[in-house]
Amino acid sequence: MMIDFKDVSVTFHDSGKEVRAVKDVNLTIEDQDIYGIVGYSGAGKSTLVRTINLLQKPTDGQVLVNGTDFTTLSEKELREHRRKIGMIFQHFNLLESLTIFDNVAFPLRHTGKSKREIKEKVNQLLELVGLGDKAKGYPSQLSGGQKQRVAIARALANDPQILLSDEATSALDPKTTLQILRLLKKLNKQLGLTIVLITHQMEAVKAVCNKVAVMEYGRVIEKGSAVQIFSEPQEKLTQEFIRVASHVDEALTTLRQSDHFHLGADEQLLQLTYNGTNTDQPLIASLFSNFGVIANILYGNVDLIQDVPLGNLIISLRGDEDKRQSSIDYLKKQGVHVIELSLANSSH
Amino acid sequence: MASFIAKYLPNVAADPQSFVTATGQTLYMTLWTSLVAGIIGLLVGVLLVVTRPGGLYQNKPFFQVLDKVVNIVRAIPFIILLALLATVTQHIVGTTIGSKAALVPLVVCVIPFYGRQIETALLEVDPGVVEAAQAMGISRMGIIFRVYLREGLISIVRVSALTIISLISLTAMAGAVGGGGLGDLAISQGYNRFENDITVVATLLILLLVLISQLICNLIIKKLSH
Repeated sequence: MMIDFKDVSVTFHDSGKEVRAVKDVNLTIEDQDIYGIVGYSGAGKSTLVRTINLLQKPTDGQVLVNGTDFTTLSEKELREHRRKIGMIFQHFNLLESLTIFDNVAFPLRHTGKSKREIKEKVNQLLELVGLGDKAKGYPSQLSGGQKQRVAIARALANDPQILLSDEATSALDPKTTLQILRLLKKLNKQLGLTIVLITHQMEAVKAVCNKVAVMEYGRVIEKGSAVQIFSEPQEKLTQEFIRVASHVDEALTTLRQSDHFHLGADEQLLQLTYNGTNTDQPLIASLFSNFGVIANILYGNVDLIQDVPLGNLIISLRGDEDKRQSSIDYLKKQGVHVIELSLANSSH
Repeated sequence: MASFIAKYLPNVAADPQSFVTATGQTLYMTLWTSLVAGIIGLLVGVLLVVTRPGGLYQNKPFFQVLDKVVNIVRAIPFIILLALLATVTQHIVGTTIGSKAALVPLVVCVIPFYGRQIETALLEVDPGVVEAAQAMGISRMGIIFRVYLREGLISIVRVSALTIISLISLTAMAGAVGGGGLGDLAISQGYNRFENDITVVATLLILLLVLISQLICNLIIKKLSH
């Protein structure tokens, strides 16, 4: 056990109004997890993650980090514990007046370390994040991705066991986002770092997380392993996030707007979701051989979630109504998640 | 040169020594006030930032009192402050006339002005950086010195120059308590005795002081920027 949330609630009082940002959250983050916490802005993700290093005090409940409740610590002890939790932010939060070197050295100074120790450590960290040649520059001379690398190096300065990432890739372009995520994954493997990844981008979760929690209105509405969440999302919001991430929604919009695509009276539109354990069956082909229905693949997407292939297909199914129904039942029996889609916009 | 001065600036030529004295008095008042009010004003500015709601040393009653005091003192015209503080001045510097006596009201007047400027400068420091420093386990004092004052340094220099320049203009009123200085020279001699050349030269000297202050400030900012 690494981080344990027990009935955590955070309530703000804003000019007489009570805002419950986090409500009764129970969550366990294990050692070396990359735990994704997903939700729209205002869902309470950032507030929740700040209760870990006590930047935000929980109003109710308890957060235990390796068994320690930070609220019981003295100010000095709290500072020492905070050093073991690195944190990175959406806007990097580097000190503009300091060089890259001094930014990374910032948390190391005044901690009793010698100048030589600091220098060695900082250079080693800058090498680790691939910025060994930038030590003398200033943050203003760097791109967003490079700034986040500096922030990561700085967050790792005190050899933390935990890294909190608060929308760290949200201000970056897709390519840079992927690079930063790969770096985080590398750190997780190489240093055994436990990472809590706050994001509104399901793509980020898909790329690196082994576990996911979905938040809405301050509550964790769904949690589980990444494979489980992506292959069998239960909540509406989770499904919505996943559809966006797998571009199924985008494909559907394209189909709906297309003048050339029409459904016949004996046709229907389906979304099929399946994971690696049942991808060895030639499903589409067997629909025709078993039931005589014709399946036409309109859109396909396969993702690797934690090395498990996860497929998303949009198909049109043509045949007699009872045959189509038998096909759908057959697919479901094979462990395929089937959703009927409509071409009309109103269905979503 | 000498004949030019004698011809166009007859009163200046007659008593150049008074300009030396007056410049000395202005510098005396400016420098001492800058030093004392600078230190206290900086402290006031920092206190306004850290005691406000959400600040590092959040203390609502303290903040509200300090905030109000700053507003009230700033609202009093300096010329009135000179008279108002006469008793206090007597206690602190032992006299109510002369450059030394002008120091007390000058300091009292500059502290809230500078404090407010410092507050504004420090509030420009990205709160995200402060939060990052907290997350790193930096102490609150560490955050004040290593984040607020360091990241806000350029703004601090800028508002310091602004304050010194308004301070120089405040010293021009010190004549009301016999403080002397270039402003007093321009009024009591140049204006009251219709010796216009004295007013002009005194003004030019004041402008020179202002320009030098601005120049030094710009040089420092240039050195700090990258």
